[in-house]
Amino acid sequence: MNWTATTIFIALFLFVTALGFFAAQWRKGDLDLLHEWGLGGRRFGTMVAWFLLGGDLYTAYTFIAVPALVFGAGALGFFAVPYTIVVYPILYVVFPRLWAVAHRHGYVTAADFVRGRFGNRWLALAVAVTGLLATMPYIALQLVGMEVVIGALGFQAEGFAADLPLIIAFVILAAFTYTSGLRAPAMIAVVKDVLVYITVIAAVIVVPMELGGYAKIFAAVPVAKLTLPTPPAGSLGSYSAYATLALGSACALFLYPHSITGVLSSSGAGVIRRNAAILPAYSFVLGLLALLGFMVLAMGVAQNPAYAEGFRRYGSNYAIPALFLAAFPSWFVGVAFAAVAIGALVPAAIMSIASANTFTRNIWREFLNPACTDAQEAGVAKIVSLVVKVGALFFIIFLPQQYAIQLQLLGGVWIIQTGPAVMLGLFFRFFNGWALLAGWAAGIVTGTWMAAMLNFRASVYPLHVLGITIPGYAALYSVLVNVAVAAALSVLLNALAPDRHLDVTTAADYG
Amino acid sequence: MQATIKTAAEPDPPPAEPHRARPVRLLLLLPFVAMLAVPTFNFAEPALFGLPFFYWYQLLWILICSALIGVVYIVEGGSERR
Repeated sequence: MNWTATTIFIALFLFVTALGFFAAQWRKGDLDLLHEWGLGGRRFGTMVAWFLLGGDLYTAYTFIAVPALVFGAGALGFFAVPYTIVVYPILYVVFPRLWAVAHRHGYVTAADFVRGRFGNRWLALAVAVTGLLATMPYIALQLVGMEVVIGALGFQAEGFAADLPLIIAFVILAAFTYTSGLRAPAMIAVVKDVLVYITVIAAVIVVPMELGGYAKIFAAVPVAKLTLPTPPAGSLGSYSAYATLALGSACALFLYPHSITGVLSSSGAGVIRRNAAILPAYSFVLGLLALLGFMVLAMGVAQNPAYAEGFRRYGSNYAIPALFLAAFPSWFVGVAFAAVAIGALVPAAIMSIASANTFTRNIWREFLNPACTDAQEAGVAKIVSLVVKVGALFFIIFLPQQYAIQLQLLGGVWIIQTGPAVMLGLFFRFFNGWALLAGWAAGIVTGTWMAAMLNFRASVYPLHVLGITIPGYAALYSVLVNVAVAAALSVLLNALAPDRHLDVTTAADYG
Repeated sequence: MQATIKTAAEPDPPPAEPHRARPVRLLLLLPFVAMLAVPTFNFAEPALFGLPFFYWYQLLWILICSALIGVVYIVEGGSERR
């Protein structure tokens, strides 16, 4: 057990816990209203939104998994960088419109907007259920990040005791989310992001100094991992894989319920536009973190017998914790690990709030209890946020971790299928609601089938077109099927059974 | 897509916020073009501060993309709006 690191780690964890409960008092609002509890009253300005979205999108799992992928697969893992580049023009152009129409009509979720825009409750249900299914494994994966750093602190026990730290952390998380709603992760995100920036800057300065500079680090990397392999004849190989992973992930990111919750909690559309320009600061940090994967290779940490047990337990996800243990003094290990663990709390809280908003608004109120009061609605959401977290905890404790990873991978393929209704729906009313529902179904089936062909282990599907192979992200391929079906059926249905009169929004609502 | 047929006699409507053609937004296509053209940057050389080209070039594009969005924001008069 690493006592110095553990003490610092626990102290920082207790500090953010106190902050989480105190957050209920911040910019006080009536927490018995769903938009106060679940969207922080739509009051977050540019800086708070920057911390909140940064903490929300760049999760602890990302910080563990991206360097782990670079460590394992080399250059391909760096697709996280073009992904988090092209996502911001999309944020700038598309999502201020969602904010505007949501503000005008009191929408809290993506499905709320779809319900109003297309007047089709079944399409809205499809969007809501997709959001829930995609988010659940994502919450579970945040626990993986936390589990790895707790293990790396030297806490190794068997049976129930082994899971105890994780359970305590999640009970704390559940309690402050319940009482403070979105204000808690917004406040904690500030601490998390400061810790992450300090850790990453220290790592990219200290580690190269110990290793004798970046040139030496990259000299130690096998040539095959340094750049993408040149595609074989008759295939676009890793080139199309890299590009489609970046583009598809970028199209999907802001469709996740937790991203939309973050976007809608801003105090104005201008806040979102400004954040599209300043959020790339986090992409830069992520890029530097990805490079740490190579530093793990160069330091030979994986060959060090001191870390053999960690790598055996956690696989390549242990790469970054092992690097920190090897490169930093104990007290700073505590800071770095706290950054990861707190980095898990923020997105886990926002994801559970977003799921709760979605379930309550789009399933409970829409289908089960339309007559409920606003206070009942907020009450249900708070309880659902607890249920979601308990579900994620059970998932991680009782099922193999591989399931969560595979489901999260499928989640990306599924969530992108809501894109035509949500993103295209913000610009065009050409699509018919039923046609979008058919397109959604076609996309889900195609994407799931492609993933099944890959045994749910990967998401790059080798598409054969005119004698050449184009390996590409299954999410992107399947959403193209989705759009094609939706467009073709819309032409037909707009002639037979037009539904444009059901649109409760007007062009002026989007500006 | 409600098409309104306009005769020459009618005055121009006030510029509607949605769907107004904003040429400056074409700048936002540049990051897509640059980042999706993978063969144009899949090289180790020239290295910068020891970083192979593949890595520093993409890191540089984070800054370029951020700057482009900033330019579009300013040209659109974003700072005067909420």
